[in-house]
Amino acid sequence: MKLEHEVIVGWIEKGSSVLDLGCGNGDLLAALVKEKQVKAQGIEIDEKAIYECVAKGLSVVQQDIETGLSEYLDKSFDYVILAGSLQQVKKPDPVLSAALRVGKKTIVSFPNFAHYRVRLQILFGGRVPVTPSLPFEWYETPNLHFLSISNFIEYCQKRGIHIERSAFLGRGSLKALPNLRAETALFVLSA
Amino acid sequence: MSKAANALGLVETKELSFASPPDELLLDSGEKLGPVTLAYETYGTLNDNKSNAILVMHALSGDAHAAGLHAGEQNPGWWDDMIGPGKGLDTNKYFVICSNVIGGCKGSTGPSSIDPRTEKPYALSFPSITIKDMVEAQRRLIDHLNIKKLLSVVGGSMGGMQALQWVVSYPDRMRSAVPIATTLKHAPQQIAFDEVGRQAVMADVNWRDGDYYGRPLPARGLAVARMVGHITYMSDASMAEKFGRQQKSNEQPSKFGADFEVEGYLRYRGDNFVKRFDANSYLYITKAMDRFDLLASKKLSEVFKGVKAKILLIAFKSDWLYPTYQSQEILKACKLSGVDATFVEVNSTYGHDAFLLEVNEETHLLKHFLEGVPA
Repeated sequence: MKLEHEVIVGWIEKGSSVLDLGCGNGDLLAALVKEKQVKAQGIEIDEKAIYECVAKGLSVVQQDIETGLSEYLDKSFDYVILAGSLQQVKKPDPVLSAALRVGKKTIVSFPNFAHYRVRLQILFGGRVPVTPSLPFEWYETPNLHFLSISNFIEYCQKRGIHIERSAFLGRGSLKALPNLRAETALFVLSA
Repeated sequence: MSKAANALGLVETKELSFASPPDELLLDSGEKLGPVTLAYETYGTLNDNKSNAILVMHALSGDAHAAGLHAGEQNPGWWDDMIGPGKGLDTNKYFVICSNVIGGCKGSTGPSSIDPRTEKPYALSFPSITIKDMVEAQRRLIDHLNIKKLLSVVGGSMGGMQALQWVVSYPDRMRSAVPIATTLKHAPQQIAFDEVGRQAVMADVNWRDGDYYGRPLPARGLAVARMVGHITYMSDASMAEKFGRQQKSNEQPSKFGADFEVEGYLRYRGDNFVKRFDANSYLYITKAMDRFDLLASKKLSEVFKGVKAKILLIAFKSDWLYPTYQSQEILKACKLSGVDATFVEVNSTYGHDAFLLEVNEETHLLKHFLEGVPA
């Protein structure tokens, strides 16, 4: 299992209800069902990915997460997950607001754009960085927004979003200087 | 014929009769109908605890013969691609029931049936029926088969409306539902096409206010209705692919002959339909579809209140008769009620007909979905 998924699986209590936004081929949800017996629901825009989810026994709806949350009632899931998908939507702000409304807690993960390798590649290479957590060339990346851990923490403060937990991943779990050393950041948020 | 088409072998249509006076079926309209005969077929074996039964419901012009072969016939049932050993609805595992509808003309009581009171066909004295009435009759069949809880109710188009009506009328009687290319209510465009079809039938001089049994049939009118229908079942792309502007070569030259392949196809489909379908049934059933509206007395947030069944919704991208937004409306209702839902829009060019043609996608979806339905 991906380290990022391991952290999320570790955070979620057994038997929780989970909505995964941009669930892709359903690997994370399938792991959550297996390890934590969650009640799983996914939203995914890609038809082929839906077939993979269905083959894993998952309930998933083919929709755009920028519009697909409006009918869910407030706090209708224990957890709403945005694992690597927040920076890929056109308007992250309303998507995160909707996630915080629908979930009792929201888990967000994203690639940290202030990782030292990113900084070095821009500073010395003079090129848009390609790293393990940002593996795409500029012309094919699904990422529409580039943010750092510091950016996100500031954003949460500005919006009054409560950060309950966080984890910073590089070659393992990191404590010191995450904004410089972490490739991926994960947060548990509540409104 | 392929071996797969033969896999179920010979099957027979069965009949259930019930609601003999004075215990007639009370219809949505307040009128009573009885006795009622319902035609159905079954495939596979019902298990000991009766937990593997799937009810399949057909579209406007379908019938109980969903799969396998009738003795002496060449063509298998209308969903043979999906029902059989190892198929999407695997008869090695499931007991599949396909029920006809009341108001029809395929073995179930409808306007062409004999009214026992007059010993003549009902014709227009047959009461108006609704999708809910069709489901009421099917519920008697499921009771008769001693099945308390169906594993699933599955149907496309009008069959999907029946599946939705089942969920709303009897939420405790199924563990899952699969409404395909369908809607919670007919939209004006759908009603409009149905109305053109009905007007074509009623404009035929042979229709005679429905009193044509034993006389020349309103064949031209019904054929035109079917031609219009077939246009709405296809798409611009599927017609272009199937026919192009190809000309028919064997046609006698005439000013308004069927020069183009598409004209010949529609004429053939129209004429063929007349041989197998009753014009009055066409009127009654299209009206039932047009009047279908699960939101008439309920809000979207209430329509699936208390529903525990898992739902698999399938729509098709090029289906302009039952457009994707209608399936998305069903999905909204699921979300508002916390119903466990899966929704896919299959990228198909076949139009509404896709629900009969996109067998690979439907097989994959149904197979895995049904495996995941909790006991």
